[in-house]
Amino acid sequence: MSDATAVLYDYPGPKAKVRNNIITVIFLLILAYILWYVYDTLEGKGQLTAAKWEPFLTGDMWTKALLPGIWTTLKAAFISVIIALPIGAVFGIARLSDQAWIRVPAGVVVEFFRAIPVLVLMIFANAVFVTIFGFASALTATVTALVLYNMSVLAEVFRSGILSLPKGQSEAALAIGMSKGQMMSIILLPQAITAMLPAIVSQLVVILKDTALAGIFIGLEELRRAGGAAASSYKNLVPIYIVVALIYIAMNLALTSLASVLEKRGRRRRGGRQTPMLIETEAAVPGLAVDATIASAAPPENKKHL
Amino acid sequence: MDFSFLSDDRYNLLGAAWMTVQLTFWSAIGSLILGTILAAMRVAPVPLLRGFATVYVNVMRNIPLTVVIIIMWQVLFSQLGLVLATREPGVNPQVYLDTNNFRLAVLGFILYTATFVCESIRAGINTVPVGQAEAARAIGLKFTQVLSVIILPQAFRAVIGPLGSVFIALTKNTTIAAAIGVAEMALLMNTLIENESDSLSAVFVSVAVVFLILTLPVGLLFGWVSKKAAVKR
Repeated sequence: MSDATAVLYDYPGPKAKVRNNIITVIFLLILAYILWYVYDTLEGKGQLTAAKWEPFLTGDMWTKALLPGIWTTLKAAFISVIIALPIGAVFGIARLSDQAWIRVPAGVVVEFFRAIPVLVLMIFANAVFVTIFGFASALTATVTALVLYNMSVLAEVFRSGILSLPKGQSEAALAIGMSKGQMMSIILLPQAITAMLPAIVSQLVVILKDTALAGIFIGLEELRRAGGAAASSYKNLVPIYIVVALIYIAMNLALTSLASVLEKRGRRRRGGRQTPMLIETEAAVPGLAVDATIASAAPPENKKHL
Repeated sequence: MDFSFLSDDRYNLLGAAWMTVQLTFWSAIGSLILGTILAAMRVAPVPLLRGFATVYVNVMRNIPLTVVIIIMWQVLFSQLGLVLATREPGVNPQVYLDTNNFRLAVLGFILYTATFVCESIRAGINTVPVGQAEAARAIGLKFTQVLSVIILPQAFRAVIGPLGSVFIALTKNTTIAAAIGVAEMALLMNTLIENESDSLSAVFVSVAVVFLILTLPVGLLFGWVSKKAAVKR
């Protein structure tokens, strides 16, 4: 908590200190009651006995259920982002084209796939592969759906990245006689990608979380589904879901902190210029800097595309 | 494309679309309230409230929504006995189960979406000039008054656009309620795909059109309102 937050309230005097302590105690009591209730009920159901946690100490739980699940989740997420990135870049550039016959269709495709839920795309992709091409591959269907959705999200990321570059960049490129294509590939795109790197890493968090959708209907053995299957054989539903949730949190926090490192480094290199991923509303208005991380490190996912 | 399934009594496309609207509506209201409370806690003078809200937001938004919704059913309902509907004697027990699943799903969406609402509002608080809060304190307003009378009204006007994006994402996220058997669009689509595999593209087009109708106007509306409401500085 930085000092800047204190702008919202006065330094606590004797009365305010007492009041703050009372609120703290009341809140602690409420929290303690909820925790006790959860603990007591789970204990009553026998979900917290050492025996239910024992499987996590054996190799089988990890090698047969959780690790393959983590591997499938990561594989689906990384294949999707690697395919979606170049396609997204193409669509993002196409939306900036001077030619209406390129710009308009690209815009329609991007807006369409942004409006359709990923789960719906997954169910459809899976059905198409099964009935038309005659092969059932949950991973292919998952990757197809994730690519269709995320290429359109990334197209918007690229578009806003290119638009955020100073106008002088494209004017200078044209002035020294570059073609539109050269200007885009040599001048604009390299700068935009550097600026967009944190946003792209943050989008990986969204993709990673969306892989869990594939376990619902199309049966990809990702982490959640693998955990659910293990829970029914070990009869330890609650411990498994606690562990699965912790694994997701750890993976996503790692990606989020990578994004904020990239963000800080990028800002330093560009001499403090605001990154374009910030939502319009947090532009350089001298605001109540609640803390430096929220304007910068909060993943763009919560702003545009969760 | 063969759209004959639309007139089939077994499939209720409008009913499923209405269910998606209901899920979105109640979840949006709930997450707006919880998200505002969380945002207030994150800037509150009491360290424990700040810490709790920070941990809650960072934990909740890093768990996939699918996992949240399934935990709502498998852990909170079946293990912890969290029942959100009452079983009326003489009424079909399916009604009780459906109501309960619907409310569990809405609760799950609220708990998850509130974290994104909270982060948007916090970004909005950042756009309010420091002088506003200083002036408010100078005339003797308490923290609750500074927040509710001066800061939050301006913060909300700044984040209408981002909140629109959050609610559009929520509309699409409600499909995950299908995982615990709520009869909304994705569940209907899954049934249709299994039974009507001949009219695959017609099924997809129908579902896609429903979501286009639900999300595109909301996006335009929020964009228009956010321009109208923006605080001129």
